[in-house]
Amino acid sequence: MNSIPSLRVEPGRIVLAGSWTLAAMLPHLPELQGGLARPAGADEAWDLSGLTRLDSAAAVLLWRAWGNAWPARLAIGELHRQVLERAAALPRDMSAPAVRRFHLFEFFGLLLLKAGHNLRGIIAIFGQLLLDLGLLARRPADFPWKEFAANVYKSGAQALVVTALVGFLIGVTISYLSALQLKGFGADLFIVNILGIAIIRELGPVLVAVLVAGRSGSAMTAQIGVMRVTEEIDALSTMGISRSIRVVLPKILGLTVAMPLLVLWTSGVALLGGMLAALLQLDLSLNYFLENLPRAVPVSNLLIGLGKGLVFGFVVALLACHFGLRVKPNTESLSANTTSAVVTAITMVILVDAIFAIFTRQIGVPQL
Amino acid sequence: MNPVPVIELSGVCTFFGSQAVHRDLDLRVEAGQIVGLLGGSGSGKTTLLREMLGLLRPSAGSVRLFGVALDDPDALVQRAVRRRLGMLFQHGALFSALSVFDNIAFPLRELRCLDEDWIRRLVHLKLAMVELEVAHGKLMPAELSGGMVKRVALARALALEPELLLLDEPTAGLDPDRSQNFVELVGSLQQALGLTVLMVTHDLNTLAGLATHVAVLADQHIIAYGPKAEVMTVDHPFVTGFFGADRRKLL
Repeated sequence: MNSIPSLRVEPGRIVLAGSWTLAAMLPHLPELQGGLARPAGADEAWDLSGLTRLDSAAAVLLWRAWGNAWPARLAIGELHRQVLERAAALPRDMSAPAVRRFHLFEFFGLLLLKAGHNLRGIIAIFGQLLLDLGLLARRPADFPWKEFAANVYKSGAQALVVTALVGFLIGVTISYLSALQLKGFGADLFIVNILGIAIIRELGPVLVAVLVAGRSGSAMTAQIGVMRVTEEIDALSTMGISRSIRVVLPKILGLTVAMPLLVLWTSGVALLGGMLAALLQLDLSLNYFLENLPRAVPVSNLLIGLGKGLVFGFVVALLACHFGLRVKPNTESLSANTTSAVVTAITMVILVDAIFAIFTRQIGVPQL
Repeated sequence: MNPVPVIELSGVCTFFGSQAVHRDLDLRVEAGQIVGLLGGSGSGKTTLLREMLGLLRPSAGSVRLFGVALDDPDALVQRAVRRRLGMLFQHGALFSALSVFDNIAFPLRELRCLDEDWIRRLVHLKLAMVELEVAHGKLMPAELSGGMVKRVALARALALEPELLLLDEPTAGLDPDRSQNFVELVGSLQQALGLTVLMVTHDLNTLAGLATHVAVLADQHIIAYGPKAEVMTVDHPFVTGFFGADRRKLL
């Protein structure tokens, strides 16, 4: 049964024997193809009656070798002829689909259109959110408290450890590096100003936003995306449950609430790290640091930081939900949209941060 | 004829936690047989199929395909065995990121021996075999109807010209006409290529039209195995319940 496929050329005829199947042919493919490619005379007879097996892969191979036509003289068993007939019935023209050329204009045009689509989708989600909130204001009993709490827990409480660790290390690093410079000028005491303003106003919110975008944003996109792939979203709407109220709204509100709290926590831990580094590096007592912090950093900075956290949380969750809802039911789209969600969220966070910086430039900067 | 059985299960036991699914299960499928595996819902048919594919390792006992144990440590031997079988999953398990054409071409391309023209012709041949048109090759799996998914999955399972075909509910979700065509298709392929087929099915027509042998899985092992007519006369509550009044029709 498992005999080796063979091809023997005799004067005036070509004899094929053995089992011509894909699996059996693979080890001998070069010889067989070489034998078939030999220019055969038109009057040569093909003797296939000695074949034990012939599968469609071999049939296609033979049919190609014959130049898409039956040879003039062919001896073959009825069963194998049927296999060959199937291969022969294929349309002659089997050209490869044309590969699209790359056009710069087209590329940028498509990019622009895609950005437009995304913008429209985001505005639509935002509008839907407002409508939902209006509806919930009239019927407060429908508010999805459970999902909301779950989201605050998942994206807030469970992120405490990682944000604290990163915050602490950043605080230590900045404090240590600034201390080296300040020592040179004899301006040691300004470490309080530098750390306070930098962390509370700028680094705390941005750092947390980047971490949360990678952590909770991607999770949200993937979750909504998989729910789309498995048609769970559709199942929800057939039960008369609004997907935007039950799925999107708790995520956006949850992160918007959790984010300022995370910013507060991370800024606090980062300041602690900075204080410890200052103590070791500059012998600046913790007491002195804490006493001078309110003087060096007006409280409006804290409010700006928390406000940023609020907006960043909203932006990250909004983008995550938007890209999650755009997932098409295939794995490629899921990964592409999750990537887009995280990259867009981080970019938008930096952009919004810049806007904040411009509009709050008069506020909270201590006068010396 | 090759005396080595295509599938050989001996003493297979499977436990999920403390729940026993199979206990001391034996099954031997010879080359050229078309075996229908029957069993009630939750009797562990799909689990057994997954064990035959090596996706799941039984808690005890051995599974041999073509005489090769599936826990053979040699990766090349393992790969060679896998290439000799085709599997049709219940829900198709098509690669959702690839088009229909690429799905069928995928196992052929993985051989890294065939040229693109050959692959293209083979894919179109397989598409024609399952009664799909060339234009369908461009569609993505998400755009297919349930029946089409099944046919594409069958085409992919047949791509490597397997000697053993495992079918999980092959005709579930097909209309009677298509399911009849499917039965004829597998039947003719089996004749032409000497395939061995093992299928899990609940459809009596499929079973009647295709199977030469029937194995019944109940009470955690194979309670009856043999030619179709023989198994139907077995006196077991599941067998009598399953065939019931249709016993005549099948014979």
